[in-house]
Amino acid sequence: MPAVSKGDGMRGLAVFISDIRNCKSKEAEIKRINKELANIRSKFKGDKALDGYSKKKYVCKLLFIFLLGHDIDFGHMEAVNLLSSNKYTEKQIGYLFISVLVNSNSELIRLINNAIKNDLSSRNPTFMCLALHCIANVGSREMAEAFASEIPRILVAGDTMDSVKQSAALCLLRLYKTSPDLVLMGEWTSRVVHLLNDQHMGVVTAAISLITCLSQKNPDEFKTCVSLAVSRLSRIVSSASTDLQDYTYYFVPAPWLSCKLLRLLQCYPPPEDGAVKGRLVECLETILNKAQEPPKSKKVQHSNAKNAILFEAISLIIHYDSEPNLLVRACNQLGQFLQHRETNLRYLALESMCTLASSEFSHEAVKTHIETVINALKTERDVSVRQRAADLLYAMCDRSNAKQIVAEMLSYLETADYSIREEMVLKVAILAEKYAVDYSWYVDTILNLIRIAGDYVSEEVWYRVIQIVINRDDVQGYAAKTVFEALQAPACHENMVKVGGYILGEFGNLIAGDPRSSPLVQFNLLHSKFHLCSVPTRALLLSAYIKFINLFPETKATIQEVLRCDSQIRNSDVELQQRAVEYLKLSSIASTDVLATVLEEMPPFPERESSILAKLKKKKGPGAVSVTELDDGKREAGELNGGGDRGPDTAAMAASNAVSTLSLLFICKTLIAVISHFHSYPFIPYLSCCLSASIPALFCGLSLHPCPVLWPPSSAPPSEDPAPPLSEADELLNKFVCKNNGVLFENQLLQIGIKSEYRQNLGRMYLFYGNKTSVQFASFTTTVSCPGELHKPVEPLVEGGAQIQQVLNIECITDFSDAPLLNIKFSRYGGALQNLTLKLPVTINKFFQPTEMSSSDFFQRWKQLSQPQQEAQKIFKANHSMDTEVLKAKLLGLGTALLDNIDPNPENYVCAGVIQTKSQQIGCLLRLEPNAQAQMYRLTLRCSKDTVSKRLCELLAQQF
Amino acid sequence: MLFTERHSRPAIRFILIQNRAGKTRLAKWYMQFDDDEKQKLIEEVHAVVTVRDAKHTNFVEFRNFKIIYRRYAGLYFCICVDVTDNNLAYLEGIHNFVEVLNEYFHNVCELDLVFNFYKVYTVVDEMFLAGEIRETSQTKVLKQLLMLQSLE
Repeated sequence: MPAVSKGDGMRGLAVFISDIRNCKSKEAEIKRINKELANIRSKFKGDKALDGYSKKKYVCKLLFIFLLGHDIDFGHMEAVNLLSSNKYTEKQIGYLFISVLVNSNSELIRLINNAIKNDLSSRNPTFMCLALHCIANVGSREMAEAFASEIPRILVAGDTMDSVKQSAALCLLRLYKTSPDLVLMGEWTSRVVHLLNDQHMGVVTAAISLITCLSQKNPDEFKTCVSLAVSRLSRIVSSASTDLQDYTYYFVPAPWLSCKLLRLLQCYPPPEDGAVKGRLVECLETILNKAQEPPKSKKVQHSNAKNAILFEAISLIIHYDSEPNLLVRACNQLGQFLQHRETNLRYLALESMCTLASSEFSHEAVKTHIETVINALKTERDVSVRQRAADLLYAMCDRSNAKQIVAEMLSYLETADYSIREEMVLKVAILAEKYAVDYSWYVDTILNLIRIAGDYVSEEVWYRVIQIVINRDDVQGYAAKTVFEALQAPACHENMVKVGGYILGEFGNLIAGDPRSSPLVQFNLLHSKFHLCSVPTRALLLSAYIKFINLFPETKATIQEVLRCDSQIRNSDVELQQRAVEYLKLSSIASTDVLATVLEEMPPFPERESSILAKLKKKKGPGAVSVTELDDGKREAGELNGGGDRGPDTAAMAASNAVSTLSLLFICKTLIAVISHFHSYPFIPYLSCCLSASIPALFCGLSLHPCPVLWPPSSAPPSEDPAPPLSEADELLNKFVCKNNGVLFENQLLQIGIKSEYRQNLGRMYLFYGNKTSVQFASFTTTVSCPGELHKPVEPLVEGGAQIQQVLNIECITDFSDAPLLNIKFSRYGGALQNLTLKLPVTINKFFQPTEMSSSDFFQRWKQLSQPQQEAQKIFKANHSMDTEVLKAKLLGLGTALLDNIDPNPENYVCAGVIQTKSQQIGCLLRLEPNAQAQMYRLTLRCSKDTVSKRLCELLAQQF
Repeated sequence: MLFTERHSRPAIRFILIQNRAGKTRLAKWYMQFDDDEKQKLIEEVHAVVTVRDAKHTNFVEFRNFKIIYRRYAGLYFCICVDVTDNNLAYLEGIHNFVEVLNEYFHNVCELDLVFNFYKVYTVVDEMFLAGEIRETSQTKVLKQLLMLQSLE
């Protein structure tokens, strides 16, 4: 094939580029450029009209100068003139200059648009492509306004050349992304979808990007693309490597198109049509089979192209999360890659396995690779691979392997790269807490963390260990003993001193019986660290000292001596000075009783979601639902975001301000309390009230018990009455208002997953009961009660490790507020009868049919529903991200139609839908007004039935 | 936040070709960035990519995105995409592009890209458009390029 000669066409340009390259210094370069600019300026201003060739050459030189990083403030007009040339090379340079240099608000835009319009209607495919590429590259609002209606026509016209179709499809995609309101697909939808059938593979490759984007926004209108994509994929996958000729890349048929098809399918649930689904499963199996075949070429391009398809297929399998067989096969394939000599493959396998670990079907299969992954953590040369290994260990961690994984992560921390230490510390802290069976292990782990990576232990981590020790009396003595030992080290981290000071101040008495840790020894040990510490730590130690005076009267004289010395009582730091003065005075004047009351042990912290988890999620950035966090995202996101009434940022901030003065505040406030009431009775409530008012951040805790459900201890007969619903049943229910699938409930023994679908007033729910133990559950019965009185028996035995499925058919007779209850009873071999009741996530909104309507219709109906009881309104604080896309997804998940261009304020959301019950239809209108500044929402519902307005309002207020 | 602009999230954020010294041989942007931001991105990409050796992966996390890159002699070809995008597909996308350049310029070298910078843009637009893959067949792309080459 003939190659282009170097720098052909424009000799002057080549000379100029050579000159620039020969410049010895920046100054020389600037000088040469200025000379050239002057030359071009004079040519452009000159009397003699320039011919097209010269214009092209000079415009191209200007472009080169601009690309070198110099400002260009002229030549735009000449470039626009080039657009109307009849010669391709001149037109091309004109368009290139405009794509690179002209910003959208330029006043030339009208002229440019005119030229584009001419080229689009020229019927010359080369010129049409140039014009389309220019629109796709600039993608401004003005261009969208001018061409959004023209381009779909070009895209679907019968006589359009293939290459023009390719450009038109992607041009339209660009305009849709910049100005979705201007691109109306309506009438073109079906013809665009059918581009998937186009003979020309290049057209399919380009069009599928457009279809994927449109499907994400309007899944229903584009759902016919699923079966077309499946048959296209099937034809490619089953073709011989030579069939597709031009589109075969290193013996792999159409790898990019295959990936795009598989990705499009990820916008949809598994196909409902059995034949389509069967065909797709066959494709996925073929792709998995091909991975096992000997390679057709030794070239890395061959294996990369093949594996690109394989990884995309695995993503789809994970997305469906419904084919255990495929999930396990995917996991085995990735397992092979874990030991592959290609670093890329090892990296991708670790990454992909992370998401497999969160699927109930493949979690166990992933766990079998633990040794390989640990080895990767120790031996991989590329830090990003080690990072993925750490992520995967985190994802595959459960109660069975937590100790091993935490130990490996701890030992890795000693040599870990600085860039990932903080995240590793958070992960270890979270795992240690989440899977702590005995809390002495937890305390050991955290103290080890501080010892190994003290600098990376954030405040959240050490606050947390203190919260836990304070809340669990069984671990307090152990904690005191362990910190005491840790503090013996000659150089221990300041965070260790903080934890040590706090814990000995509270619980030093528990180890004081041993002469080796007598009160005075404890005090001297703490005080030996004092001078090396920062002000906040010293302040904390002073509070620990005053607590010592209460715990051990025999230390009073020594401690008073310390407090009295000039370096404390006249310390230049006002906080330290104040503490010294006040503590000294308190210890001198208060009676033992008063002292004992004021300095009483800290009350337990209310149990909430861990601030550490929040921190890890924050660290991961806005795209935080990253692969590694999927697991937690699924199980905990709801609780996390719903847990506190403030975001993690403010919580962390408040905590850091508050903790150093915690003890002081505690004492001051209690002192006031004591003085004003002088009796201890009203004192405790007052105390907790003022504490939670002033330093609430310290109280945001995770549910501390890894297993939040306490089983009834009695060995009651199976005839026992259903237990009352769990306290968190409503919270669990709320997680499913805007989604239909997920894990409803999980504890040490049992996991209950749900998949559900609704159509009109009917629904079907699949319940999956998974036995997480290794022993059989006997007399396994479930009862659904309330509105429908449904009852369907399940198999009475659930084998260890097995899962059984139950299907519920649901019919909505009339509107309702209370969710049905699901009671589950079973007994474990040798164990007590388990009896628990949950609320089934069937809420009234599941029976919504979306209703599209125009602005005038909407407001007319809104006015019709004007009786005061038809409206329900709530103003509430945002508990979750206020990101537009997230909100839209939730509102769509609700089941209503999300209407655009109705509300005069574009920030607001307006939805409409009809709830279908057997007896009647209930029209509902919704308006959600976010106030990003105040982090508040106002939610207004108007429904033709007042009870529905009220119920929807209650449900929805929990979602945002 | 330039990276999270509403409605405008092409798969490819940008394509960069840089040499080892950090000189840019091609910068193709698929999102609006201002000039300072572009310069910053160019420098950051150079910094993260050049420190890696051949035993490392061809992927590197970059802000909230990832760079997929491959080195050919003294040139780094980098594509910035979403973290969820298919690494190997883009890695081979780079190679496919390089093979086309190689054929078109007949054993391409860095200087070809310098002297024919305006033609490189045409090659890119044939293969990638609006941040998406437009055409993958080398035969088709080269046929089109030679047709254009024959025009005046």
